[in-house]
This record gives sequence, structure tokens and C-alpha cells, in this order.
Amino acid sequence: MAGTLVVAEISEGRVKKSTLSAVTFARQVGGPFAVLVLGGGAAAAAKELTAFGAQKVIAVDDAALATYVCERYAPTVAKVAKDGGYETVAVTASAFGKDLAPRVAAKLGAGYAPDISLLKVDSGKRLYRRPMYAGNALGWLEITTPVHVVSVRQTEFAAAEPSGGASPVEAAPRAPDDAAAARIEFVKLEVTKSERPDLGEARVVVSGGRSLKEQFKQVLEPLADALGAAMGASRAACDAGYAPPELQVGQTGRTVAPQLYVAVGISGAIQHIAGMKGSKTIVAINKDPDAPIFQIADYGLVQDLFVAVPELVTELKKQG
Amino acid sequence: MKILVAVKRVADPENLNKIKLSPQGKVDTTGLEPKASPYDDYALETALRLTENGANPKQRLGEVVVVTFGPKETEQMLRAMLGTGADRAIRVDTTDDALDGDVVARGLKSVVGAEKPDLVLLGYQQAESESNEVGQMLAEHLGWPQATFAGSIQSQDDKALLVGREVEGAVAQVRVTLPAVVTVLDKIVKPKSVHSKHTAATHAYPDGVRFAALMAIMAAKKKPLAEQKLADVAPDASLKVRYGAAELPPKRAAGVKVKDVKELVTKLKTEAKVV
Repeated sequence: MAGTLVVAEISEGRVKKSTLSAVTFARQVGGPFAVLVLGGGAAAAAKELTAFGAQKVIAVDDAALATYVCERYAPTVAKVAKDGGYETVAVTASAFGKDLAPRVAAKLGAGYAPDISLLKVDSGKRLYRRPMYAGNALGWLEITTPVHVVSVRQTEFAAAEPSGGASPVEAAPRAPDDAAAARIEFVKLEVTKSERPDLGEARVVVSGGRSLKEQFKQVLEPLADALGAAMGASRAACDAGYAPPELQVGQTGRTVAPQLYVAVGISGAIQHIAGMKGSKTIVAINKDPDAPIFQIADYGLVQDLFVAVPELVTELKKQG
Repeated sequence: MKILVAVKRVADPENLNKIKLSPQGKVDTTGLEPKASPYDDYALETALRLTENGANPKQRLGEVVVVTFGPKETEQMLRAMLGTGADRAIRVDTTDDALDGDVVARGLKSVVGAEKPDLVLLGYQQAESESNEVGQMLAEHLGWPQATFAGSIQSQDDKALLVGREVEGAVAQVRVTLPAVVTVLDKIVKPKSVHSKHTAATHAYPDGVRFAALMAIMAAKKKPLAEQKLADVAPDASLKVRYGAAELPPKRAAGVKVKDVKELVTKLKTEAKVV
């Protein structure tokens, strides 16, 4: 059958919300789609995906897939795609999707459209739009092979809502590992514990720059608490060690597009802007009136952040 | 250890907001200084750290070969990298129009076949195309393991590497048995991110990449720089993707300046309705 195969990402037996962005893409492609769930506990996780209009949910539940290693996952994804005759394999462009999709594409001899922000169908031909040049140009890419492999940006493809119905769950076996699988071993996952929402999924992000220095947490945390926000940081703040690296927003860090982005003491280097300019409302607080961040901010406040931020926390509580 | 570092020349990544579009929708980078894609510089730094004792970097304890796909002008970048410390360079003669990720991966596969490195290092993402694919495709074509998004690498014995992969909110540590393909993040050039088997665990590098000394730049003119043809390294490769006319993204207009915190909160509540 022709159609789209969405590859789900699971974590601790639950489907990650990011998967639903790839489901949105599959709906836009039109025609039937199936969802493939791989991993330890995939059979149970597959049940979370039966109400999204998929023709079926394929579960490859195998203890050997308990931890993600591309060399174990890619052969199964490629085999399911090939056996099912799917025209398109879609993932969300998370670290998982970006690691997996190119290897699957190479296995299938398929063209790969990475990190796309928009799909356009033009007289039967599919065109994929993707940000390039640090977001300063939007390229339109066409895949010339019969099979397409695509990773979609979570920030531009909103999470799919359930559409009802009950897709059947079908069990499938794991394909034999790549020979390379014998030469890679998962050692451990060190999770950075956070009480805050995930940067990629937060409705509000509060980000700080280098000028916060050692007071990064002390100044920003109350604001993030007041707004129920995830915390982010500029590359300069992370490089200087004021903020942990996983907070980095920008071309090398995370790409975010929250409803509200508050940039505190961030000048607005192009690599930072590339990672947050899709935000709905941008607030910039900076004492330098010429900081480039003000050119893209909806609301700019020229003030010393060490004065403005505590005042903002108080005012939010007062007006709250 | 012998390491192949695949690099790409791009327009100055710090000034990509100055690109223009031709009426045909072709990206014009005129006026921007050509440079190596920054993550490729980090890959070279990683390769040098893995083939030396950090306490005595002048003594080379392995071989680093840099390879690029591009026109004659890209030799300037390769010469600079030879000055920084790479031992040899290879330029596969071509133009960007003839390349996509898969063509480069296939071409690299034959370079790997001839060079037989223990490790191929690449930047995790290319600055112009913002694509992140060549390393994974190469690993598949070679049948090698891959470790992408590397923020740290330790080599105990040069037979295997312990790689810290930075994934959302976590570090996934993997052990890869060489030969393998590894792609690196900017974090890899932090003082303690890379340890070769020759370097003491306590050693701390200066933050960032090293720069070539003038003497080394002069000496680099004598280092070997080989040229190959794309048709020879990737004879059966054809483009699997094609780019049409590009667009400029919609400009985000500058908004308003508010006079104080009170006005800001009021606007966020009543105008933007986001708090």
C-alpha cells in the first residue's frame, strides 16, 4: 500500500508528545498512514496512538530495543517501511528522529528532507520547506526518489489531536540487527532532572544571557516560576558556565516556539534568534537600547535586568 | 589512531543574516567571508586532541586527514587546517550543485576505503544547509556504528570510544568499537570534553579551538594536499534531493518599547493575552 509510516518515539514506556507532530504531517500528506512504535513496552505504548486515525499501529515490542541504538532500530524501521510499501517515512526532528532518519534513508536508497517546516503539494508533487542559513532563508526541497524520508519540526507541526476511532494494533517482529550493532553499546542515560516543563513543549520560555553572570538562577527562577515557564539560555551564558548546556536555545541548542518568549539580558546573536524567532510573542529586557534583540521583540524594555526582573515578578503576582 | 575529518566551506556563519536572494531565488552570499563550517572546526580540534598528549601537543601521536568536497577555492580552508595541525588534506573536486547528503556520504565511503581511518569525525550539522545527515548516511554505507551529537569523547585504548551524546535534557553515553563515525557539537571543544589515551584525565585544554602559529602556516604549505574527482569517488551517485527557489523568511517587525514593567505586564495581559 502507498501511504505514510510515522515512527513514534517512546520514553519509559510512554509515547513522547513530539511523535504527534509527525502524525500531523502524515495527515497533511493525506491518504492512509500507519504508526510504528518500537522499544521495550511498545505494545502497551501503541495503545496511546489508536485514536489518531491511523490505519494501524504497528508495535515491535522487543527487550533488545529497550534502549535506543540506531543500529538496532534502523533495520526494523526500514524493513517495516519496505514490507508495507510505504511511500513516506516520517519522524519528528528530535535528537531521536535526526539520528535515525538519515540511516533509514540510506538503507532504503531514499532521499531525505530534514527538519522541514512546511509541506506543499503542487500538482501532485511534494515540496518540503526548510529553514537554512541560520533561518535567514527558506529552502524548497524536492525528493527525486520514489520513497521519501522526512523529519518534521515540532515547532511548526503542532501536535495532532485525537480524531477518535480505534486503529488496530498489530505486532511485528524485530528485524535482524545491523552488523554494526555489535560494535555499539548503550552505557547509560544521565537525565538532567527538571521540575519545569520541557523547553520544546513549554507555553512560556524565560531565557537569560551572559550578563546575568552567577546570578542566572537566582534572578530568572522566580520569573520562570511566576510564569510557569521553562528556562532557556543564550549560548554565551552556557559557554561561560552560568547556565547548564541543556538550556541552550539557538542554532546549536534547542529550537523553541512558545506563546511567550522572554529574553533577559540577551543581545540577540543570529544563532540565538534562529532558535526562537518562531515564538508568538517576544519580550526583550536589556539595558542596551541598540541590542539586536529589540529588532524582533514585540515588547522591548530598556532597563537594567537586575532591577526589571524582580519588579516584573512582583507586578505579575500583583496583577495575577 | 588515524582520523578522517570531513569538512565543508560555508559563508561566514556569524553574518548569514546578510545573505540576499537573486530574482530566481538563489541564495547569494557575496561579500561574506568563506570559512569552514564551525562544527567542522570543532571536529578538527577533536581529531587533534585524540591524536596527541594534551600536555605536549607538538608531538603528533596519530594521523589526521581532512577531506572536503568543493572547488579549487576550498583549498585555502584546507591549507588553514593543515596549519592548525592536520597532517594531510584531500579535496574532491566538485561544485555544490552536484552534491547532496547522500552523494557526499557515498564519496566519503570511497575515501574511507582508500584511507582506512579508525574514525571519521564530522560536525553534527552544516551551517548553510543546516542539514544533519552525512555522518549517519556514511555510517550506514560503511556498515559502521554511529554516535551523533557528541558532547564528549574519551579514548582509553584507541580500540573503543566512550561518547556522551547530548539528547534533549539528557546525555546518552555509548561505547563504540572502532572504526566508527562520530559527529560533534560545539560542547566538544570545552576544556575537558576530549581525552585521548595519551592525555591525563586531569588535563584541561584551553576553551575552544586552537589557532595556527605563523610558523605552522608556513610549514603547512609543504604538507600534502591531494585532489580527486567526484566522478572517481562517487561514480554511481545521483542526486536524491533537489532545491528549488528559496524564499526569505517573513520579517519580524520590531514591536514597541514599553516605558516600564507595569506597562509591559498590562500589554502582555490585555494586548498579547499571553499571561
